Amino acid sequence: MSFFEQMKKKAVESAPNKPHKEGASSTEPIKQTAAESVSVKNDGDVSDSAPLKSDTVLASSKAPTESKTHDLSTSVINHSVGRKYAVGIDLGTTHCVMSYADITEGGDDFTQQVMGISQLTSPSVIEEKLQLPSFLYQAHSAELPENSIVLPWNAKPEYIVGEIARNLGSKTPIRLVSSAKSWLCHAGVDCKSPILPPDAPEDVKRISPFQATQAYLEHMSAAWLRLHPNAPLGDQDVVITVPASFDPAARELTVEAARSVGLGQAILLEEPQAALYSWIDQTHGEWRKQAKTGDIILVIDVGGGTTDLSLIAVTEKDGVLDLTRIAVGNHILLGGDNMDLALAYTVKAKIEKEGKRLESWQVQALTHGCRDAKEKLFSSQMTSVPIVVPSRGSSLIDGVLRSELTIDEVRRVLIDGFLPQVAVSERPVTQTRTGLRTTGLPYAQDAGITRHLAAFLAKQQNAADEFESINLPENATFLHPTAVLFNGGVFKAQALTERLMAVLNNWLRVENAPEARLLAGVDLDLAVARGAAYYGFVRKGKGVRIKGGTAASYYVGIESAMPAVPGMPPEIHALCIAPFGMEEGSQVELPDEEFGLVIGEQVRFKFFASTTRREDIVGTRLDYWQDDELSELNEIEVVLDTEGRRAGEIIPVHLGSAVTEVGTLELQAMSNVDSGRWKIEFDVRN
Amino acid sequence: MDITTYAIDLTIKPTTFDLWHVCLAGTVAVLAGLLIVVMFMMLSSLLRRNEVAAPAVQIVEKVVHAEPVVQIVEKIVEVPVDRIVEVEKIIEKIVQAPAPAPIVLKESSPDAALQLLYLLQNDARFIDFIKEDMTEHSDEDVGMVARVIHEGCNKVLDEHFSFASICRENEGDKIVLSDGYDAAKVRVTGNIVGNPPFTGTVIHKGWQITDVRLPNTVQGYNVNIIAPAEVEL
Repeated sequence: MSFFEQMKKKAVESAPNKPHKEGASSTEPIKQTAAESVSVKNDGDVSDSAPLKSDTVLASSKAPTESKTHDLSTSVINHSVGRKYAVGIDLGTTHCVMSYADITEGGDDFTQQVMGISQLTSPSVIEEKLQLPSFLYQAHSAELPENSIVLPWNAKPEYIVGEIARNLGSKTPIRLVSSAKSWLCHAGVDCKSPILPPDAPEDVKRISPFQATQAYLEHMSAAWLRLHPNAPLGDQDVVITVPASFDPAARELTVEAARSVGLGQAILLEEPQAALYSWIDQTHGEWRKQAKTGDIILVIDVGGGTTDLSLIAVTEKDGVLDLTRIAVGNHILLGGDNMDLALAYTVKAKIEKEGKRLESWQVQALTHGCRDAKEKLFSSQMTSVPIVVPSRGSSLIDGVLRSELTIDEVRRVLIDGFLPQVAVSERPVTQTRTGLRTTGLPYAQDAGITRHLAAFLAKQQNAADEFESINLPENATFLHPTAVLFNGGVFKAQALTERLMAVLNNWLRVENAPEARLLAGVDLDLAVARGAAYYGFVRKGKGVRIKGGTAASYYVGIESAMPAVPGMPPEIHALCIAPFGMEEGSQVELPDEEFGLVIGEQVRFKFFASTTRREDIVGTRLDYWQDDELSELNEIEVVLDTEGRRAGEIIPVHLGSAVTEVGTLELQAMSNVDSGRWKIEFDVRN
Repeated sequence: MDITTYAIDLTIKPTTFDLWHVCLAGTVAVLAGLLIVVMFMMLSSLLRRNEVAAPAVQIVEKVVHAEPVVQIVEKIVEVPVDRIVEVEKIIEKIVQAPAPAPIVLKESSPDAALQLLYLLQNDARFIDFIKEDMTEHSDEDVGMVARVIHEGCNKVLDEHFSFASICRENEGDKIVLSDGYDAAKVRVTGNIVGNPPFTGTVIHKGWQITDVRLPNTVQGYNVNIIAPAEVEL
């Protein structure tokens, strides 16, 4: 063995961290080697430096001055094993967004980012986009090139979703599944039966709204896993948003869809609440200065297809500001897409006056053109913007369609059409529709958002009665909001927010109430996902939490025990089974109301909800109610399994309800004679 | 003595074990050892030379800054200094003989270019517009369509590239280019005489791309098709 080998061995031993792999611990050994070399050199022998050279390669000339901690911290960030994230998923009607934050450290800092979702944008082309369009396309087997539908994580995805689905579907609408979310909350359809696309011809394979929801969630889950291979979404704190107006069945379906793609831990959050959470997050603690005790915050969330309203009260308890969601609005199928369509039809009418006929693709192109033109008109001083629809062929100019959109038209159609200046006493117009198909979505008939808002505020006039700090004047005819938070892309147009504020403040002025303030600062497109991620952080005990519980009280319909009268249906009583504002994790039972259920038979109940009857406690029995007090939901159903019992046997049961930690309502029938329990299902539709 | 006695017979073993033989054997052993040591050092430094581009001399310079703390090595080292210096010389020789860098011409891959054309056509009808015979149409018609194309192209570019201008000064402003300015970023024109710093006027503020976000494509994707034919059924 040579001297040098010995020396090398010795030198290695003297530098304990020497066999390092990467830069992680480089600085420490460098100092040592340097020291050794010097000592050797002092004796007139530099031979030592040669064997050590390979180890000192990492030392740049400045290396010894670099801190060790810096090196270590970078090496930790590089692997995501054992990381914990709060992930917010905005499962929108037209777009899905994911936002997340690392909450491993458990500190009070919260910085989140919106995740780019990899998706096909056209056959064989994959791009990362902040939004995943909530569309699904059922391609014909010969339509697309072989092996062109591939995702980075799946060589043969079952469904085509995202940007590509929307693009393909814009030219072939019969194969496009859209607005699956609105169908989830559509009374009268079975959301697990294949009904979408509703207008598809026979040979297009249909899927259920539930499957479409699963497909979007599955895509996002896989996209997440690709970016965080060591931290599957199923192990993270996931919050999925739903409209505040979603009924218990639609919430249940959303949770079930999440569970089926491995997100069993996901919890629900109402979208307007998510928007408010995002605002709280964005103010960095300043919100306590902008909101004060006695405030009632009105959240107006106008998405692509729905309008969602919520009221949140600000109260004080032990010197700390408390937030309580006190009311939510009805499910209104009216949104930004309606506005673009309305503009397109305005322009279409102008063109048709000149004697030209428009094809459906041209109307669609007009809609796109009007959307851009509207934004331009609102954001500039222009009085009109030309709208040009080039021909579909390779020659653009031959057959070009040309018109223009003026600021007056936009004002008339959008502002006066959707946000008319009405008195607070006005209500949305409803006409009985003739020949309404059950296969269509129940779109709002009155496009006047302000009328829907007036109805909501009047209906919820007593929503804040329980709070001492909130007092309405005697003559008030509606609940007076003191602050307004807008959410949704349509409010990028300032003219719309200005009009809404003007209308609202007009109502308030008539009743001598102070004007409402505008709470600004949220990103109108991404706030819901961001707020959802922030809620995951809040649930760890950081920051303020909006209380609320169930947004309605729920009733089962029971037939009254009366002698039958020919020609008259038996009178129905409503029995309160879940009171208003029931908190997550709580449960109630009705031991006094006994039902006899037949084993093995399907038993159905009528099911009602009320967003105004706050005083009813569990067991309250109503034999009379106003039309607008209770709204009938889909029937609920329970089947008592025959297991261990004789079919046909009658079991006395009582009913109970629970709000799960996830945020869904659960109804149960409990045996009065043994420990039997049966779940009452929501999602059974006629 | 006969001359033949000087001939070396390797088969012969020393029968007597005297001082001469011991000295001889010792000398042979020392020389052989030296040879091995030198060979080993050459070999090892050559190997390391391949791994590390830094010249050995630099390391010597570097170590000067550190403080002598560990003093283990000095006891063991008994190798004469001159041989080590030899090794260093060898290293230096290697450093001083760099091979002339061959001129490599980079061939541009058509894929990304075709992809950009695809995006411009797909989202903005760029190819349709450029390929259209403009002589047949009035300025008004062309201008009308140009607005649509312009808007679409701008959207495509913004979506896939991040742009920044090179000069912070406005066009028309005076600018002083110091010695060692980046000639790739700034092209001087006109009266180029003397030495930097140069003083001139910004004619064009320049463009540079700071980020490219081109989509990924699936294996087997035919990039040559920038717009499939469309057939309505």
